[in-house]
Amino acid sequence: MNLTLKIWRQKDSNAKGQMVDYKVTDISEHMSFLEMMDVLNEQLVNTGEEPVAFDHDCREGICGMCSLYINGEAHGPDRGVTTCQLHMRMFKDGDTITIEPWRAAAFPVIKDLVVDRTSFERIQQAGGYISVNTSGNTQDANAIPISKHAADEAMDAATCIGCGACVATCKNSSAMLFVGAKVSQYALLPQGQVEATDRVMNMVKQMDLEGFGNCTNTGACEIECPKGISLENIARMNREFLKANLKG
Amino acid sequence: MALDSKVPKGPIKDKWTDYKNKINLVNPANKRHIDVIVVGTGLAGGSAAATLAELGYNVKAFAYQDSPRRAHSIAAQGGINAAKNYQGDGDSTYRLFYDTVKGGDYRSREANVYRLAEVSANIIDQCVAQGVPFARDYGGLLDNRSFGGVLVSRTFYAKGQTGQQLLLGAYSAMNRQIARGKIEMFNRHEMLDVVVVDGKARGIIARNLITGEIERHSAHAVVIASGGYGNVYFLSTNAMGSNATAAWKIHKKGAYFANPCFTQIHPTCIPRSGDYQSKLTLMSESLRNDGRIWVPKNMEDVMAIREGRKKPTDLSEDERDYYLERRYPAFGNLVPRDVASRAAKERCDAGYGVNATGEAVYLDFASAIERYGKEQAKIHNIDNPTEAKIYELGKGIVEAKYGNLFQMYEKIVDEDPYKTPMMIYPATHYTMGGVWVDYNLMTTIPGCYCIGEANFSDHGANRLGASALMQGLADGYFVLPYTIGDYLADDIRTGKIPTDSKEFEEAEKAVTDRINFFINNNGTKSVDHFHKRLGKVMWDKVGMARNEQGLKEAMAEIKQIREEFWKDVKVPGNANEMNPELEKAGRVADFLELGELFAKDALMREESCGGHFREESVEESGEQKGEAKRNDKDFAFVAAWEYKGEPADAVLHKEELEFKDIELKQRSYK
Ligand SMILES: Cc1cc2nc3c(=O)[nH]c(=O)nc-3n(C[C@H](O)[C@H](O)[C@H](O)COP(=O)(O)OP(=O)(O)OC[C@H]3O[C@@H](n4cnc5c(N)ncnc54)[C@H](O)[C@@H]3O)c2cc1C
Ligand code: SF4
Ligand code: FES
Repeated sequence: MNLTLKIWRQKDSNAKGQMVDYKVTDISEHMSFLEMMDVLNEQLVNTGEEPVAFDHDCREGICGMCSLYINGEAHGPDRGVTTCQLHMRMFKDGDTITIEPWRAAAFPVIKDLVVDRTSFERIQQAGGYISVNTSGNTQDANAIPISKHAADEAMDAATCIGCGACVATCKNSSAMLFVGAKVSQYALLPQGQVEATDRVMNMVKQMDLEGFGNCTNTGACEIECPKGISLENIARMNREFLKANLKG
Repeated sequence: MALDSKVPKGPIKDKWTDYKNKINLVNPANKRHIDVIVVGTGLAGGSAAATLAELGYNVKAFAYQDSPRRAHSIAAQGGINAAKNYQGDGDSTYRLFYDTVKGGDYRSREANVYRLAEVSANIIDQCVAQGVPFARDYGGLLDNRSFGGVLVSRTFYAKGQTGQQLLLGAYSAMNRQIARGKIEMFNRHEMLDVVVVDGKARGIIARNLITGEIERHSAHAVVIASGGYGNVYFLSTNAMGSNATAAWKIHKKGAYFANPCFTQIHPTCIPRSGDYQSKLTLMSESLRNDGRIWVPKNMEDVMAIREGRKKPTDLSEDERDYYLERRYPAFGNLVPRDVASRAAKERCDAGYGVNATGEAVYLDFASAIERYGKEQAKIHNIDNPTEAKIYELGKGIVEAKYGNLFQMYEKIVDEDPYKTPMMIYPATHYTMGGVWVDYNLMTTIPGCYCIGEANFSDHGANRLGASALMQGLADGYFVLPYTIGDYLADDIRTGKIPTDSKEFEEAEKAVTDRINFFINNNGTKSVDHFHKRLGKVMWDKVGMARNEQGLKEAMAEIKQIREEFWKDVKVPGNANEMNPELEKAGRVADFLELGELFAKDALMREESCGGHFREESVEESGEQKGEAKRNDKDFAFVAAWEYKGEPADAVLHKEELEFKDIELKQRSYK
């Protein structure tokens, strides 16, 4: 395949960015999208230009590092995948592909397609954990049975990879799906109950402080989420938040 | 320097308990005056950072990713072992210890492995308390599965995402300490050197990967938890950024590097499809619980399949060669990784590979789907179920167990693995070699520790499935926090370590000079160009099968590539900005040295053991004919290499391995 790429280039967080056109040739349909980007970068290095910076690491859809807004969609046109799992068979010879970074006030651009997602970190530091001493004097793991249903549901919420596609795709740049997933995981497990009130209050407060928008129930986040995190988690977070507020 | 493993005296069962009773402790009030640097926030570094902070030390943690949660441990799929005997199938500390030592082909340190088995049960309790959602059965109790090389079900799992969930557990424990101010987290920072003052590790030089700034960080001790070096092969299942730099840099400053040639080749990866490929993808070994491995019996069928005239499903049972079940009836498809990998390579080398490159065998779920389907039909009281119904019910079970893996396969290969068998082939996956450490997990540099995949101690020549996660967390949560205290007890009056000493200055200068060299070199070839060439030599000559001549050639070729690299590498961009090419250049430079030492180590080891098949060393007769031949008389030692400039000049130190509690035997999985 031969393709035209329109890519956002931005030197650093202070510089002004712009779209730049590139051509790549001989792209195999078996390549992943990021392998296609590798081909472009190899080409740029060989011609003495600076390669395009983008975030990635595991390349198996699990670390949540890769991002990219492709043709107006977070992680591109395929469903239920991250950009590293997106394959070029989703595109046609001669296509023009627009590639941009995640865009949200809470995710400032660092360079080219790389954004700063540490706002997610701070939300978790505000309470996304269970306060247990880590030096190993805990009770036997089977001492508190957990119903298979609850364990499975907690697992589904816990699968969130923290990629930020939900934020990038939301017209309000809301982080509710991400935060909802984290709150849900602990809300569903007996171990997380003791701190449930503080947890949800603190995490939601931090989320607002970071400048994420509000949820207006459009549901775009759920559609673009590579891990199928469901809106149910937002509802559960809202219930937990309400409960916490009632308790004061 | 003579190697002292510092293994405590006494019966193996009591060593760790006795040791803990006798070591020096640091008074909680004094811990506040002690700083510890942890490089790496995977399972090993993350759990260590959280626990050291919990104990009261000031921790500075470093990772090259933008968040600890993205460390490579996140990718582990299958599960984590622990001797809990919840299934009542006869598991025990001793049995886990025995399986691990045997699985590692008797090249690990007994005392370390026993301790690992001993603390394993604690890990599960700890993680559950932290909210890790392990799989549960209908009674609400923890579920288990089994993994290659063992006959009990001791593997705990969270779907096919166990590493992810365990890492998120450690990460949440870290977050709690970051919020308390006990951990200072340095994301997007890469350690580029260690600083040794008066013979002790007292800090590191790191590069801020966003601004390019070179920073000095001091501490009373440095812990390296930087993961494995499998990317020395270029293609591997490791994350793209996984590298050897931290481990290699401490090696150059005095830490011995042990058994560099022990690398694990994992049997169930998605085969390579073309030259553009950047990495290989693992399919969890747990699939071997239900998948049967085969190639066609007849060469005509192989050809017909390769040319697309036949589909694998067209072949009847007796036209298939289930070679693992045939050769190893006791373990069948669940033989350990090295055995499964070598058997697949043997079939493919003999011409039976089923894809275009001839490098693939089938992993088939049809009989599992049928078996589960029939079982479900019974459970749901469905009389005379149709074949379609059986398939549907069976598929449901397989989907619940491995759904995400099947989805991943389908995305990559564009074939539905429920309908047609998966194609798999071995790939580099895990490195059992690494920095030499004593029983305290301290390297040969005082005050410099090494934990997790980056060290060498627990897995010998081959790692059993689900044991790396166990080791990472054991080291980080339960071992290092004790052993490091023993060392730090002497430092309570030292006070802050200044960063304006000449040692820091020199180390910083060396780092800066090297970066400037890359930026100004103006060569003609990209970093990847050299990395791919190195990878090819490594796979062809230092891969699953090795011989003396190939290894000698490999050493010379790697040296040659390294010389070219330093002349001709091209790194665009600047030093004082985010520059991924510059990051890669530094890492590949280190791989180019490590690769040569790797080959040298393999050359020295004139025996086959674990996944390392030395072609000159093979069983020639008897039941084990054709299997790898280990040589305990001459090679029951750890090869610890001391840096002397060129990798070819490295000096060998031997730590003789003692097996007092387990008899050294030929491994048999027949
Ligand atoms: C695909 C795959 C599946 C696996 N599945 C299983 C499984 O099912 N069960 C099992 O037991 N094991 C499994 N393993 C092995 C296991 O995942 C690893 O051995 C283990 O996670 C390694 O953990 P670690 O903490 O030592 O290192 P890692 O998790 O690799 O962490 C390394 C850390 O070091 C940091 N780092 C590295 N270099 C530097 C530097 N110079 N400066 C700063 N930071 C640095 C990184 O940022 C990262 O935080 C699997 C491995 C792979 C590749
Ligand atoms: S909720 Fe989905 S889209 Fe949002 S961060 Fe998590 S995995 Fe990514
Ligand atoms: S690179 Fe890890 S999810 Fe894409």
